[in-house]
Amino acid sequence: MELMQLTAVALGKKLKAREVSVREAVEAAYKQMDSVEEMLHSFVTTDKDAALKRADQVQSLMMEGKLTGPLAGVPVAVKDNICTKGFPTTCSSKILEGFMPPYTAEAVNRLLQAGAVVIGKTNMDEFAMGSTTETSAYGITRNPWNTAHVPGGSSGGSCTAVAAEECSFALGSDTGGSIRQPSSFCGVTGLKPTYGTVSRYGLIAYGSSLDQIGPIAKDVTDCATILDVIAAHDSKDSTSVKREHYDFTSALMDDVEGLRIGIPRDYFIDGLDHEVKRAVLFVAEELRKKGAVVEEFDLSLVEYAIPAYYIIASAEASSNLARFDGVKYGYRAKEYEGLHDMYKKTRSEGFGQEVKRRILLGSFVLSSGYYDAYYIKALKTKALIKQAFDKAFGHYDILLAPAAPTTAPEIGRSLSDPMQMYLGDIYTISANLAGIPGISVPCGTDSKGLPIGVQLLGDCFQEKTIIRAAYAFEQTRGYQRCPLCEKGVSRVEETI
Amino acid sequence: MKKQYETVIGLEVHVELATKTKIFCACSTAFGGAPNTHTCPVCTGMPGSLPVLNKQVVEYAMAVGLATNCKINQYCKFDRKNYFYPDNPQNYQISQLYLPICHDGGIEIETTAGKKWIGIHEIHMEEDAGKLVHDEWEDCSLVDYNRSGVPLIEIVSEPDMRSADEVMAYLDKLRLIIQYLGASDCKLQEGSMRADVNLSVREVGAKEFGTRTEMKNLNSFKAIARAIEGEKARQIELIEEGKRVVQETRRWDDNKEYSYAMRSKEDAKDYRYFPEPDLVPVVISDEWIARIKQNQPELRDEKRLRYQREYQIPEYDINLLTSSKKLADIFEHTIALCHKPKEVSNWLMVETMRLLKEAELEPEDITFSPVHLSKLIGLVDSGSINRTVAKEVFEHIFRKDIDPERYVAEKGLAVVKDEGIIYHTIEEVLKANAQSVKDYYAGKTKAMGFLVGQTMKALKGKADPGMVNTILREMLEKSCQTAE
Amino acid sequence: MTERITDEIIEYVGILAKLELSGEEKKQAKQDMTRMLDYMDKLNELDTDGVEPMSHVFPVSNVFREDVIVEEEAEILANAPAKKDGCFMVPKSV
Repeated sequence: MELMQLTAVALGKKLKAREVSVREAVEAAYKQMDSVEEMLHSFVTTDKDAALKRADQVQSLMMEGKLTGPLAGVPVAVKDNICTKGFPTTCSSKILEGFMPPYTAEAVNRLLQAGAVVIGKTNMDEFAMGSTTETSAYGITRNPWNTAHVPGGSSGGSCTAVAAEECSFALGSDTGGSIRQPSSFCGVTGLKPTYGTVSRYGLIAYGSSLDQIGPIAKDVTDCATILDVIAAHDSKDSTSVKREHYDFTSALMDDVEGLRIGIPRDYFIDGLDHEVKRAVLFVAEELRKKGAVVEEFDLSLVEYAIPAYYIIASAEASSNLARFDGVKYGYRAKEYEGLHDMYKKTRSEGFGQEVKRRILLGSFVLSSGYYDAYYIKALKTKALIKQAFDKAFGHYDILLAPAAPTTAPEIGRSLSDPMQMYLGDIYTISANLAGIPGISVPCGTDSKGLPIGVQLLGDCFQEKTIIRAAYAFEQTRGYQRCPLCEKGVSRVEETI
Repeated sequence: MKKQYETVIGLEVHVELATKTKIFCACSTAFGGAPNTHTCPVCTGMPGSLPVLNKQVVEYAMAVGLATNCKINQYCKFDRKNYFYPDNPQNYQISQLYLPICHDGGIEIETTAGKKWIGIHEIHMEEDAGKLVHDEWEDCSLVDYNRSGVPLIEIVSEPDMRSADEVMAYLDKLRLIIQYLGASDCKLQEGSMRADVNLSVREVGAKEFGTRTEMKNLNSFKAIARAIEGEKARQIELIEEGKRVVQETRRWDDNKEYSYAMRSKEDAKDYRYFPEPDLVPVVISDEWIARIKQNQPELRDEKRLRYQREYQIPEYDINLLTSSKKLADIFEHTIALCHKPKEVSNWLMVETMRLLKEAELEPEDITFSPVHLSKLIGLVDSGSINRTVAKEVFEHIFRKDIDPERYVAEKGLAVVKDEGIIYHTIEEVLKANAQSVKDYYAGKTKAMGFLVGQTMKALKGKADPGMVNTILREMLEKSCQTAE
Repeated sequence: MTERITDEIIEYVGILAKLELSGEEKKQAKQDMTRMLDYMDKLNELDTDGVEPMSHVFPVSNVFREDVIVEEEAEILANAPAKKDGCFMVPKSV
């Protein structure tokens, strides 16, 4: 029995029934890492000894009946922009090399309280800026479905770790699609909750008004179960929202009877790969067969989301990343003359190309004389986009869209033309601007065998609606493992 | 004819609020402590940490705003002010630019020239920076974040002041209002109140303002006065020479009595303010404002009227006693115990002020308790100790807040009322000072005073001088008769 | 046509952001920024008169903390690249 082949919930049940030990589960994860990490590079940091020690602690707590939840003893991988006390957290940046956070992020704390075992920190685009996990200072991550392709990003490492069965589930973060797009590229399920649902305390900020932590797993049941654990009001995060209820698993019902699904016509335009289009529309058809009411409509303002997003995200990032200056933590340049030279050399050497690009852009749009023209204009556009979604959700319970215009591109194709890369975010970023929840669920593969994901968007605080629809669709299909896992590493290596 | 110039001054006053914790985290604001011990991930700018607003900061800011006749922005927000400096751990300061909590107020000041209204443009809330100390040995700077995140309000005046006198009066009035509210102790020397001076000059009668400079690093009232005179002279000189005043920030060096431009090509002075995404807006209801108003303590002007009414003490006393909240508090608390307003006032105005001056302290630094002052007054009143001893005892109360009753008992300082002891002591004194006795009989009345003094000295000052005088005179008369 | 992003702007933004760019990087940054801003001009097509700029998506307000001290044990200096006497050590600032 391959333990890592199980979903998090299925493994949790076995652990609870004591059919397997926590140590066995953690060892299974590390065994899989041993065989695929060299090829994929999902992780930036792992610590087997610490994980095994923790496994034994969790085991005894389970024996004592102190840990009874569904995730007790289950191995989890955490994106490297989420702080873990005493465990390096780098945001895949040289500037945070060796940084040991003095505290643990609230979302991780909640997982630890539920008995999950953190097995490592996953690779990502540097400071979550990128859509391919190629901007990491610690090397790229490869897509387990085809290692010549990117896994997407920025939570690329978390998605490959789940797809390649190196962990049972993972945490990612989503500022403009960073959970949903790589989930779609890697054939796994990823959910971005409503803004304010999961505490941002301990998430190293990129765009504070857009960032959300969310689960990445093999199926919808896992995602809902994880969300049950990590979603909570947190007094340490002023933007955390007090919600009426936090049980998401109750929405796991194969029932979409009467559910109103809107398909934004303006999403199915030029630039959308026809295979992706077909697969996504097939989902609508499946849900219609199950009793949902499907309609096309015009969402409007779609083309304004990307410029508004890049102004807001870059502006916030330019300020959020100012603290990385060689004074308090992380990298400091070796040679400099005086304070300002130290700042400049440290930051110029410590940050990668894409991060610098966004910091410069963000500093510019906030600078004297440009603030109103760019930043305020973007915030007004955001207000209009939110209105457009409010209007849409007046008519529909969920919106159905692709997660990305194409399947995973080949490695090395995206960074040369950043504008093109930014355009790839077209289907995901509006959800961050409007604060609404979205889930990406696998819905097929293209002719190259690369996974395609469908994205379901819900109104604010309506995670349960998208979970229900995603679960219903999932019942028609089941989970498809990546070839790397299905055939075994050696077979895949032969074919490369 | 020489041109006449007018100075136009506006102030930016920073006041550290008297909260227990910092503005955005639960760290203590207490002074002292080893470097970086009152810190946490939030106030040291650790990645991933987030601010949460201290409610008391909002309430203090509102209280100061209401007491200075400001309007309250019932929807106010925080903004980020971006600039790099090591004392600012995030390299941005959380402040308020677009919607500050208070605006459009003002206070009336009084100088020898009469009364005048000084407008307050706005009051906003922000976080203080850490402390940067230069290390001569290593030729580097050391950063301590204990003060980082201490709550501040910045009170921005209109450019309504025209002289150093007006500036002093304005600062003094502000200081008193804020101290009375309990919102801050407002000590310039310790930096809990700081003023930046915006100053320009123009020809008398001109309608437009001249180009202004901003002066920083002013940490005493005297320094502010000197800096105003210095900067005024510098600007006039520039204009007279046909040069231009440059709009810039200048640092006042009080030792050299000169200001220096704080310019650097690395400081673009472009703060890229934008709304703080990590904090939500503050919405202030009418009820909340009413509650703050209701809880407003008695301010100085009201107190002055009440003292006149209730205690019948001279206006001079009232002005001095109310010039510090601390002094007024001690005054009231002591009166509540001993019911002797004039006595209490005298101790505070004479002895207390003298000792404060000697020790270079402010009334806010007073540590003695009203109970002990009231006991001291009781001891004097009952004749248990004389005034000389009382002054000595008071010094101990002032320094160490001792219990005067216990102290007098332990040190045996109570007045000697036993006539036998006094009689006996005088006998000894007369024996030892035969020449003075002769002088007395020879009509030198000064000798009498000397003998009283010697007796008091022998009794360690504990006797009632009147009593000594009477007994001595009696004894001298008697021995005179005997001699005859 | 005048350059939208001049060398001076790149230099200035570099000072604001504390980034030092090589000649080649500056050229690239000019190009990238110009392209991005041209693209962002698309927003000017939108009539946003009378629209309130939206910084927070939800109308949450008044999130406060009570004024109560909680001293937390955190190793604040543990990651400092240079430290002395319990302080962070930085190059002379003046």
